[in-house]
Amino acid sequence: MTQTLQLKINGSDLRLDLDDPRATLLDVLRERLGLTGTKKGCDRGQCGACTVLIDGRRVNACLALALSHDGAQITTIEGLARGEDLHPVQAAFIADDGFQCGFCTPGQIMSAVALIAEAEAGLDPERIREGMSGNLCRCAAYAGITEAVLDATRALALEEERAA
Amino acid sequence: MKPFAYTRAETVEAAIAAEGALLAGGTNLLDLMKIGVAAPDRLVDISRLPLAGIEEVAGGLRIGAMARNADIARHPAVLARFPALAEALLSGASPQLRNAATAGGNVMQATRCSYFQDPASSCNRREPGSGCSAIGGQTRNHAVLGWTEGCIATHPSDMCVALAAYDAVVMIEGPGGRREAAMESFHPLPDAAGAGPAPLSPGEVITDIRLPDPGGMARNARYVKLRERTSFAFAIVSAAAALDLRDGRIAAARLALGGVAARPWRCRVAEQALVGQPATTESFARAAELAVQGARPSGDNAAKIELARRIAIRALSLAADGTPDRLAALPASVFAGENNG
Repeated sequence: MTQTLQLKINGSDLRLDLDDPRATLLDVLRERLGLTGTKKGCDRGQCGACTVLIDGRRVNACLALALSHDGAQITTIEGLARGEDLHPVQAAFIADDGFQCGFCTPGQIMSAVALIAEAEAGLDPERIREGMSGNLCRCAAYAGITEAVLDATRALALEEERAA
Repeated sequence: MKPFAYTRAETVEAAIAAEGALLAGGTNLLDLMKIGVAAPDRLVDISRLPLAGIEEVAGGLRIGAMARNADIARHPAVLARFPALAEALLSGASPQLRNAATAGGNVMQATRCSYFQDPASSCNRREPGSGCSAIGGQTRNHAVLGWTEGCIATHPSDMCVALAAYDAVVMIEGPGGRREAAMESFHPLPDAAGAGPAPLSPGEVITDIRLPDPGGMARNARYVKLRERTSFAFAIVSAAAALDLRDGRIAAARLALGGVAARPWRCRVAEQALVGQPATTESFARAAELAVQGARPSGDNAAKIELARRIAIRALSLAADGTPDRLAALPASVFAGENNG
């Protein structure tokens, strides 16, 4: 039986017919919508490469059944940049060498965006490392990732100050 | 993954009538379906049932079954009055999983026994009568209390250990009406043949979890968890402890162990032995001895008994010191004091 799925992805409303309810949100993003920035790593919720924001909260897209999220707002790595300008978290990952091979990076960045929005880690490196523990990096770029989150936290706070 | 039919239940009544595997956050069930351990014909999505609330009720707390782990752990009443629950939740899984996983799903999660998770292995829990490949296998994550030759699996939840210590009650609705079950005995222990009866009958749905007023224990409660890495790992052993201290003496005590049995292991004999005693390491050591009474290795895991004893002492000692105003950077870590905890 075909079921209809409506999603707002990176600001665009989409309507999809799903003829198989087994599709995860990750499958829909990658296979149906061509949004391959979100990576399939372990496909079991253990590596964090598939991290996206569902209604603003970071979630493993591989363990999110697409139909269960009908009507949700999804933000993926493709929706982060502001036009030609990188999002401050993206810029910080480049500035601080927060990656090597880059495969885990979209998930790391989406997770970091949510971590900073959660406003619980602040500028405490230990809390940042704990808060990023759902994202594995097999190249072990962890030192750079922590630096990038620290710098992005500062950059976003400055932006907010200027906007106020 | 085996094909299935998907339906969404908008009411508890519809979920009870739907006759299918209940899908909430999906973090456990979808994973088990991917590896072929769960193969339901019908998924009933209950994630939108109006059961996500967390409310203070007469000094206690009511946690809706669809409340997400992250939301429970951040709730002001949980942090203020049930801090060991927040600490237990934050010591489990990852931020992404905690944003999806629900209280009801946490209670119902399957064991992380690697033989249960491997369809090629024998497992009385997965396939009654097939045997148990865990016996004689890798048993680091297996039981040292309440196990049988039929099943040596443990329940993996951190949340349930804290809930058992807090005297939580699981509220259930089903075809036969409402019933309640104490958290500490909700999960059946194994029998000689296998995992024992299912905790829920067909059609039953967990609606909420109720915690009574913690009284004088609110700010003397901790959760401590030993694991192979300090974050994003299941417990080897863990303990939730809460104390009601009056002038340095213990008026009431709560202690539950995790990672040691097929259910969170409430240690009532140890609790009773603490009443009237001074809050000293000696008292806690005697209680911890009682807590692991009857423990025996189910394989090459005798070390877990000693670890559980020590973690119980540590949890009681930390509870006596008082719950910190802000949880440590590494929740429930035995290393927290060495960093900035």
